[in-house]
Amino acid sequence: MKKRRERIDRGIKVRSEDIYALCSWREMLYLAGPRVLPAAVFLLLPLFLGVYWQKVMLSVAVFALLAMSWDMLAQSGMISLGQALFFGMGAYVSGVLNFYFGLPPWITIPLATALGGALCTIVLLPVLRLRGIYFSMVTLIIPLMLVRIIEATKIFGGTEGLSGMTPLPAGLIEVYLVTGVFLAVLFGLRRLMETDYGLVLKGIRDNDRSVTNAGINIYWFKTQALFISSAIGAFAGAFMTHIYMFVGMPVFALDYSILPIAAAVVGGVGTTAGAALGAVLLVPLSEALRGIGGLRIVMYGLFLVVFIVAVPEGLFDYIQRKYHQMERWVEIDK
Amino acid sequence: MFAGTLVFALINSFILILLALGFNLTFGISGVANFAYGALYVMSAYMSWAMMRLLSLPFWASAAVSIAITMIAGALMYRFVLLRVRGQALSEVIATFSIGLAILEVFRYLGLVGFEYTLPVFSGESFMIAGAYVDMQRIAVVLIGLMLVLGLWLFTHFTPLGLAFRGIAQDERTALTFGIDSDRLGVLSVSFGAGLAAVAATIIIPLGSIAPDEGYDVLIKALAVCIIGGLGSTGGVIVAGFIIGFAERFTDTYIGSHWTMIVSLAAILLVLAIKPSGLFGRQKELEERI
Repeated sequence: MKKRRERIDRGIKVRSEDIYALCSWREMLYLAGPRVLPAAVFLLLPLFLGVYWQKVMLSVAVFALLAMSWDMLAQSGMISLGQALFFGMGAYVSGVLNFYFGLPPWITIPLATALGGALCTIVLLPVLRLRGIYFSMVTLIIPLMLVRIIEATKIFGGTEGLSGMTPLPAGLIEVYLVTGVFLAVLFGLRRLMETDYGLVLKGIRDNDRSVTNAGINIYWFKTQALFISSAIGAFAGAFMTHIYMFVGMPVFALDYSILPIAAAVVGGVGTTAGAALGAVLLVPLSEALRGIGGLRIVMYGLFLVVFIVAVPEGLFDYIQRKYHQMERWVEIDK
Repeated sequence: MFAGTLVFALINSFILILLALGFNLTFGISGVANFAYGALYVMSAYMSWAMMRLLSLPFWASAAVSIAITMIAGALMYRFVLLRVRGQALSEVIATFSIGLAILEVFRYLGLVGFEYTLPVFSGESFMIAGAYVDMQRIAVVLIGLMLVLGLWLFTHFTPLGLAFRGIAQDERTALTFGIDSDRLGVLSVSFGAGLAAVAATIIIPLGSIAPDEGYDVLIKALAVCIIGGLGSTGGVIVAGFIIGFAERFTDTYIGSHWTMIVSLAAILLVLAIKPSGLFGRQKELEERI
């Protein structure tokens, strides 16, 4: 009996990309596996984890959200060096709403998501026309400046911040809230970037002038992308405010800017899932290395340099390629 | 008080110009925004300190050695990291930024913070100018700042290497046809920028102390001066240095020291939003915004 090797994905791709006619469970599993498996892991894992690792999962989800929001902006041609702006804006809005107006978390979190996103968009609206490195420099500087302004004017608790926020119901509820949002954002953004809308955003990244030539208002599209991305970041910030029961200047810290970029670069820029994968790898790693303290940021820095120079397409791209290249033995007829 | 503020504003301007010269040189020649600039500044200061303290070398020797090592570090950074991502501005920014971050956080981890971490002043004398005590070190800052600006101008206008630098900056492809090796000049430009950072550290650190946070401040100040003056324009650096130098010192005296940093940050934001090429930069309208 003679055998040859056959790529698994070819037939499936042909049949599944236009008309949905998969013939066997094996083929459906091949397609659904990479999507269902991570979702299942994220939904089931909290049930088996102790309190400490539940907290780790929580920060995995939060940083994955920030990384995906960074990646979404990057896919629309805007490279931000200050995700801390989005995170901090959401954190401060929900903190202020809870501290001064006594609103419960289930109102402040959605409100802070929308309001924080809108505020960030308005702040960045004047520099929407800037391209490349100039936009990056603005985003790097704004969080730094907000910290100094809070320090100088002593608004919202000044250097000490506001504490005593209403905590979220502890245990599984908070974990499932954030993992639910994480999965929704992951699959939602991946779907969104595949649609025509996403195509326009990617077109703006690749060649903004030709998108303008096509009669599309790129500023309006960029504004929308900015809002989606900053709302995701603001949700992460608002959520963490109620977890820590504290909001203060650390929410604008460099960690919240650099870790999402590191996660997205390690996982692979421009895939959304890569950003999530990067966060899933880096956050537990940094948790395991808690003992080395400040050296963690050094580690992120070195990771970033190595990946951007040696593996610029990231891990997700590599894994995806290998998955598509999987082969099986089939019998040769005759 | 007003005259004293003026004198210190002038000195502050020269400090800013010194800080920004290296960043500006690198960006002007090879187009690399070296975000590791502040880290190189702090690194050279710590190296001089370590050589004086641990190997008990004299100040001038340790300063010279650390300037040389910083230049080599800059050259290596370009040769082994930046060359591979050349032309992708954002990869360059992320790579240099993370190298700087790694260097600064290592120093923070080592915990080298305090008043004993500083370099000696050249001379302890001080005298009165316009009702304010000014020490010798601050005079030296002004004099060396003037000499460096003049030296750089002479270097880029009258030496073959300096002319090659300007050639690459003006049009890389045409420069290549004249036999100017852009990779080699890129290495040299980052190395010279790093060297200028080290020189600035040697002169300015004696006024304060060495701290990892200084690295971030230096980077922001250099960025502020270069962006306002126009990235890559030496005349712009001088004018912007004076603008920010005076603005900072006057806010410090009349409004409050908390607001000093906010002034330069707000100035950067304003210039970026209104005229991204800066006051004296060459206009590259469609490259910087659309």
